[in-house]
Amino acid sequence: MIEVKNLNKSFDENQVLFDISGVFENGKCNMIIGASGSGKTVLMKSIIGLHRIDSGSIEYDGRNLPDMQMKEIRKLRREVGMLFQGSALFDSLTVMENVMYPLEMFSSETKAEMEKRAIFCLERVDLTNKAFDLFPSEISGGMQKRVAIARAIALNPKYLFCDEPNSGLDPKTALIIDKLIQEITQEYNITTIINSHDMNSVMEIGDYILFINKGRKAWEGNNKMIFNSDVQELNDFVFASELFKKVKEVNS
Amino acid sequence: MNYLYQTGQYAMLMHKVFTKPDRWKMFWRQFPKEVEKLGLASLPIVIIISIFIGAILTIQTKLNTENPLLPTYSTGLVTRDTLLLEFSSTIMCLILAGKVGSNIASEIGTMRITEQIDAIEIMGVNSANYLILPKITAFIVMMPFLVIFSMAIGLVGGYLVGMFSDIITVADYLLGIQYAFVPYYIFYSVVKSLVFAFIISSVASYYGYFAYGGALDVGKASTNAVVNSSILILFFNLLITNLMLN
Ligand SMILES: Nc1ncnc2c1ncn2[C@@H]1O[C@H](COP(=O)(O)OP(=O)(O)OP(=O)(O)O)[C@@H](O)[C@H]1O
Ligand SMILES: [Mg+2]
Repeated sequence: MIEVKNLNKSFDENQVLFDISGVFENGKCNMIIGASGSGKTVLMKSIIGLHRIDSGSIEYDGRNLPDMQMKEIRKLRREVGMLFQGSALFDSLTVMENVMYPLEMFSSETKAEMEKRAIFCLERVDLTNKAFDLFPSEISGGMQKRVAIARAIALNPKYLFCDEPNSGLDPKTALIIDKLIQEITQEYNITTIINSHDMNSVMEIGDYILFINKGRKAWEGNNKMIFNSDVQELNDFVFASELFKKVKEVNS
Repeated sequence: MNYLYQTGQYAMLMHKVFTKPDRWKMFWRQFPKEVEKLGLASLPIVIIISIFIGAILTIQTKLNTENPLLPTYSTGLVTRDTLLLEFSSTIMCLILAGKVGSNIASEIGTMRITEQIDAIEIMGVNSANYLILPKITAFIVMMPFLVIFSMAIGLVGGYLVGMFSDIITVADYLLGIQYAFVPYYIFYSVVKSLVFAFIISSVASYYGYFAYGGALDVGKASTNAVVNSSILILFFNLLITNLMLN
């Protein structure tokens, strides 16, 4: 479980996040939603300590990240997996080597055991050994996301962060990736936080939803409550598409 | 003010770079790759430039000192000392600042803007140490070889002038490059080049590591890397020369 309280973050003069609080439970798909530029990525990177925050607390099962020394942060990060907005695979390494990287860096297993684990992770995300020796530039965007997921779960993380896991994917592939993240979250009881502005995935997997508007929390709840909210900004965001407008009409 | 801030940021980055690697095995896997990429891959340009400069130095010196009072060995001597003192260290490093500096800055800058550095950090790895330490050490290790190699090739360039033209005779040239030889000059050049190697690789890493934005900003980062490391090289050239040759 991750608890964020009164988080503020600015870059020089420009304040991006204002007083954000939220509780992200384990075994659930927790989603941070909001328009482009609302501060989702900055919030996520602040929660993992890639950005230093101005004030507030971020507790990982009681351990407050802003209080930690760099050494302790590094230790905590070994319990964290992250899927980046652009996959962020190492382009000088093959698919297999990408997944092996965290293992070789931290695992005390033998080479054969590591390889077994890497293959297990790659197969868990439905990649076959045909892809193992290819470089990231040689595979499709959907496959890159899968490799990134495999790399993120290689060390059995307790916390999983996904920054727009289905940006740039077609709706069907996007759904498959969403489902995969959901399955893995439930299977291993991971605390998962997902950034998204895709209403399809919000409706599909959003157990807890935090809506950010211009750096402030404007609404929180789950995917069943979202259609009945009376927060104007949220409605503007959700019903920006004709399809969801229709859904609302049918619902009410 | 901005320069002060950047200097501080650079110092903090170097502090992060020069720590014990998380896994030596991973360091030793990167190190030979960097030796190849930064050192061996620079050999062709070192060869081409050194051979031409050696030849041109010989021709220019000879043509500009048409004086029967000057001893015949003077052309070879001037060529040799110019190569040993300045060309094969300072000028060579200015050229390598362009090649190696932009290579390092754009590689690390691209990793920064595509979030690969964040991905390394998020695993709990010290990304600065993992990415930059092998580059700096590999380049420093390779630099003396590049410098001495450049000196030798430069001298060959002058020799070719003697062989293929009648500007200078081979005998005069060979006499000149052996006359009043000061081995200390080689030592001085190598010491300089080690400092320059550190400047090139660390400054380029700095600009790449703190790149922010898109592909255009990576380009800017590598331009900044080349310009600023060149200026630093010239400045330290003055400083070290004062210390070592005065
Ligand atoms: N490193 C940085 N330095 C300065 N400003 C930044 C930095 N990173 C982000 N910002 C600013 O923070 C604001 C929020 O950006 P952020 O990337 O979090 O948006 P987002 O919600 O993730 O958008 P998107 O959906 O497009 O990914 C932007 O205005 C951006 O300019
Ligand atoms: Mg984002």
